[in-house]
Amino acid sequence: MILTTSLATFGRYCLFMKRVFTIPDRWSEFGRRTIAEVSKLGIDSIPLVLIISVFIGAVIAIQMQLNIASPLIPAYSVGLATRDIVLLEFSNSILCLILAGKVGSNIASEIGTMRVTEQIDALEIMGINSANYLVLPKIIAFVCFMPVLVILCMGTSLVGGYGVAVFTDLITVSKYVYGLQALFQEWYVWYALIKSLFFAFIIASTSSFYGYYVHGGALEVGKASTDSVVSSSVFILLFDVILTKLLLQ
Amino acid sequence: MIEVRHLTKSFDDKTVLHDVDATFYTGKTNLIIGQSGSGKTVLMKSLVGLLRPEEGQILFDGRDLLTMKRDEIASLRKEIGMLFQGSALFDSETVLGNVLFPLKMFTDMSRAEQRERAMFCLERVNLVGAENKYPAEISGGMQKRVAIARAIALNPRYLFCDEPNSGLDPKTSILIDELLSDITHEYGITTVINTHDMNSVLGIGENIIFINKGYREWVGDMSQIYTTSNEALNDFVFATRLFQEVREYVAEHGTIDKRRP
Repeated sequence: MILTTSLATFGRYCLFMKRVFTIPDRWSEFGRRTIAEVSKLGIDSIPLVLIISVFIGAVIAIQMQLNIASPLIPAYSVGLATRDIVLLEFSNSILCLILAGKVGSNIASEIGTMRVTEQIDALEIMGINSANYLVLPKIIAFVCFMPVLVILCMGTSLVGGYGVAVFTDLITVSKYVYGLQALFQEWYVWYALIKSLFFAFIIASTSSFYGYYVHGGALEVGKASTDSVVSSSVFILLFDVILTKLLLQ
Repeated sequence: MIEVRHLTKSFDDKTVLHDVDATFYTGKTNLIIGQSGSGKTVLMKSLVGLLRPEEGQILFDGRDLLTMKRDEIASLRKEIGMLFQGSALFDSETVLGNVLFPLKMFTDMSRAEQRERAMFCLERVNLVGAENKYPAEISGGMQKRVAIARAIALNPRYLFCDEPNSGLDPKTSILIDELLSDITHEYGITTVINTHDMNSVLGIGENIIFINKGYREWVGDMSQIYTTSNEALNDFVFATRLFQEVREYVAEHGTIDKRRP
């Protein structure tokens, strides 16, 4: 029963994506909407990303220092471990789980509200492919802007760890900075960026799907918003495993 | 003219429309009336292609909606304007932006021409001065008028209105009715209005189709409705004491002079 329901939902998602990925009716309107979505989904997320990153970066640095305090482990390991945790997991997977909550619920509730207030029907009656008109700019905008958020997250998290070195006596600044540079692998940055593109697509498309097929009223919009966050999170974690296996081995 | 022939629509095993026949005339205000749950909204949604009936024909000046290809439907939809029950204005656009929307999407007009046309439509519905407000900042009656302006922006051949008076006070309802009636006659549009507002029925009903329990039960105009012997229609239209007295007055005096204060 669950399997057939899941397959049916996946089939609907695929058909929905087929409607989304068509040529826009008006390129000028598509461009205008995409820029607006970059502002709404991307730029508006920057404060949240910065705040979370700086604190989590600091927490990672403190925990590394407390947990690996040993005369056998060099002190610069705190910077090294903080950097690798941020690059490999926090700046992409964890950040996207957080953004699934903010951006995902925003998309699902916006499109869901448009559905229940008949705005989507109005687009359809005008002869506009509503799925393409509403959803494609969101997916393109979010996928394109995600690397910016990831880079900001990486930088700010490391600054958070740097703050720990500056304002506490847990680790010296020189050891932390040395650790950040030690054994650096550029591929980790590319790995984080590649993963984040997949996750951005999952968040934008899944949330749009749940919002687009809302039936009912405000209660159902809220439920669709919650469902979209849960589903996006599960798919992010699933693809995290798959992509890690593919990209790091 | 829109002709509906033998239309049947079901949801799961429940048939909502039974073999409905109806004709909606050009240049007339055609009203679909009926109780809540009678099937009139399903009929309206079938007419505009939001629902697909199992059987029947929907002929837009001879072109059958149900046998059209996707591109033909898209083309037909550019000839359709629709006023939704909740207005369905785009929240993120201003009043002017809402009216400009179909012009931007479907015309090659310059920006100045688009703006001129949109302002003309807003002027037509007496909304000049509100063009920079957002839908949330204006009243329900104004929202309906913006929706009408948006619906007529592309000079549609067919105008569909789903419960245009719902949620409005009687005075604003009459204004909306008069506006729809004027636009219909002025531009020669085939206007189909789905309503259960009795003021509309007795005020602008030039061609009234009564749907009861999914069946087309009665067809006539607003003058014929006073003398109908159809029991279900009588129960529906003259349910209130006020309208019963109106009917008695008409029976006694022959007509109501609407122009009398």
